This record gives sequence, structure tokens and C-alpha cells, in this order.
Amino acid sequence: MDIKAYIKSGILELYVAGQLSEKENQEVSQLMQQHPEIHQEVLEIEAAIVKLTEATSPHAVKFDALKDKITETKVVALKPKTSNWLSYAGWAASIILAAGLLWTLNTKNQLEEDIKTVATEKQTLELQIEDARHSLAKTKDLLEAIRAKDIVTVPLNGQGNFDTSYAKVYWNKNDNAIYLDAQGLPEAPKGKVWQVWSLTLNPLIPTSLGTIDDFNSDDNKIFAIANTNESQAFGITLEPEGGSETPTMEQLHTLGIVNTTP
Amino acid sequence: MNHIDALVKQFQKKDIKAFETLYKMYSNSIHGVVNTIVKDTVISDELMQDVFIKAWNNAESYSSSKGRFFTWILNIARNAAIDKTRSKAFKQSKQNLDASFFVDIIVSNSNLEQQTDAIGIKKFVNQLGEKCKILIEFLYFKGYTQKDLAETLDIPIGTVKTRNRSCIQKLREIVL
Repeated sequence: MDIKAYIKSGILELYVAGQLSEKENQEVSQLMQQHPEIHQEVLEIEAAIVKLTEATSPHAVKFDALKDKITETKVVALKPKTSNWLSYAGWAASIILAAGLLWTLNTKNQLEEDIKTVATEKQTLELQIEDARHSLAKTKDLLEAIRAKDIVTVPLNGQGNFDTSYAKVYWNKNDNAIYLDAQGLPEAPKGKVWQVWSLTLNPLIPTSLGTIDDFNSDDNKIFAIANTNESQAFGITLEPEGGSETPTMEQLHTLGIVNTTP
Repeated sequence: MNHIDALVKQFQKKDIKAFETLYKMYSNSIHGVVNTIVKDTVISDELMQDVFIKAWNNAESYSSSKGRFFTWILNIARNAAIDKTRSKAFKQSKQNLDASFFVDIIVSNSNLEQQTDAIGIKKFVNQLGEKCKILIEFLYFKGYTQKDLAETLDIPIGTVKTRNRSCIQKLREIVL
């Protein structure tokens, strides 16, 4: 390699000016290490440029001024520690906030649960009121039915072993309905039901008016039963569940004859 | 390894003494370059220090394969100064930025009287031809590319290199 020609080309002046590509920079840097003449040339060019540029400086600025600024920047670099404290505080605040939110959410859920409970209670109460109204209406209807002008009252007395039992039939012939007040009957044992019979006496023909399946659960023990028969008497027997074709006479608890002369 | 390379290595290890030595070697040059660009001594004071702080904070990013340490810091200085001239606030305060060259600054620089080779430098710039003035101004102070220069001076790119070398040769004869 012709070192003198290389130096003469002016590439080293451009190297100091910072006008070369990265690849060219590496090349010059390598050649400087290999060839002392090139190294020396670069140092001289640099020194000349340093002198020239120095001549345009308005005045010298002491290093101490800069040193303070570097120390200041070190203080600035320490700042993250204080902001660390801040970020801890931030975290703490957000944790407290999150806990607060959770607590609020919890309380809200609790309250919603309470509201639900109250709403359910309210519904239950409404149902009860409705029931009461309904039962009052029913009672009124019943009372009216019983008080009606054309009503025939038939007391049913206890028979044989069951003389403590009693019942009463209110019969409205216009309505083809009887109201059986069976308060004087005991609860039907398990597997048994009360069966109501309409009877003609001469000849004695029993006609079933049906079983009272809901006897035990009924509150007022008054049952409305359709009756289109020309009944002369009413009887109540205890029959096996489902009822019987003919009354079991041993289980005839009460019997009453219709008084045809009001 | 020579003196400067060793200093730079120490500087990269955040040795403040090495940094101080490098500062003493180059701070006036850097100050001069930024002053030539911004043409404001107060701003250039601040900029020059910013440049050295930047160099200190980014010391590890320098490598010899990127060029000379002086060239590296010169580059930081030019970029910082040019950025400054592009800032809105600067443009508003410097509406009539004069077109004076480094030579005008040197000729009128009273600070220069304290330098030993002041007379030599002034003599040099007085003798300097127009093309040399432009070449040195653009290549070293402003950081223009060879291509920019070839266009501005209307000479082939290859000529920029040789022409510049002869300008720098004259400078070396006077100041070294």
C-alpha cells in the first residue's frame, strides 16, 4: 500500500471532520494502528483543527462549572429514590383504594341480599294477605249461602260408637248444592277418607256424593258439595281411600234426616 | 496506545480526572464551534457545557471505530447547535442572523489575544482563499457533506478532498 498517496488523498482530513462512512472510519482506524505515519498525520490534522476552532471560542469556561452540573445530574439521578417513595405511596394508596372498593362492593352485595330477603318477605306477606282476603271472601260467601232464605239445615248426629261426632248440612235446593260443616268429625286416619252419602229412606238407597279428600288439610271444615238428588237423609262414613260403592254401615259416623216440614 | 486514546479509555470508565483533561483539551474548540453556529455567547456557553454533559452521560456509546474522540464530540456539538438554531424560540430571538463565517469571528475575537498563536491564526485566516474558507467552515464547523460542498462550490467531489487537504496543510504550517 502506498501510504504517502493515501495520506495525500485528503481522506484523513475528512476522517477528522467526521465525513466518512462507518466502514471507512474502521478502515482508517485500522491503518492508523498499522502505520505510525498515518497515525501521526491524523494527530497533526486534529491538532490543527483544534487550534483553529479554539480561535472562535468567545471565552474559556472552567471545568468546575461543568463538574457542578454533573454532580447535579447525579442528584437528579438520585431522584428516582424519592419518586420510589412516591411510587410506594402510590401503591399503598391504590391498595387502600382497592380494599375500599372491595369493602364497598361487599357491602353493596350484602345490601342487595338484604333487599332480596325483604322482597321475598314482602311477597310472602302479600300472599298471606291475598289468602286472608280470599278466605274472608269465601267465608262471606259461605255465610251468605248458609243464611240464604231457602236453605234447609240438617243436623247429623253421632251414631253408635261415634256419638261424639256430629256434622251439619246446609242444603240449598235451588243451587243443587250442600254445604257440609264437618267440624264435629275427627281427622280421617291414614288410608281412610270421609265419604258423604245422600239417602232415600223408602226404600233405603244410598247415593255417594263423593269423598272429602282434603278433609285433614281444610281449615274451616266446611265443604261445598254438588247434590242433585232428592235426598231424604245425609250420612257420612269412613271408607278406605278412594271411596266405596256402598257405605260401610259399621263406619257410619253421623246421620241426619231432612226435615221436610220447614 | 497513545496519550489521548488512554485518556478516552479512562473517561469511558467514568474517571472524572480523565474527563477534566479532555475538557481542557477540547472545550474551547467545542465552544468555538457552537458559537460559530449560534452566534450568541450566552447560548454557546450553555450549549458547550450541555455537549460535555451529554458526552459524559453517553461515554460508553463512543468507540474508536466511530472515529476520533474529538470528531465524536465535535459531531455532538454541531448537532446540538444546529438543533438549537432550529428551535422556535431561537428563531424568534435571532431573526436577522448574520451570515458571518468563522473567519470573521476569529478576526474580531478579542479573546484570541490571550492565545500564544493568536497572531498566527489571524494571519492564516487573512491569507485564506474564499474556497478554503467555505471548505473549512462547512466541513469542520457546520458538518456539511462532501456532496453538499461539491454542489456549493461547483467542483467535483474528488476535488473537495484534495482542495481541503491543501487548506489544512497551510493551517498546519502556521499553527503547529
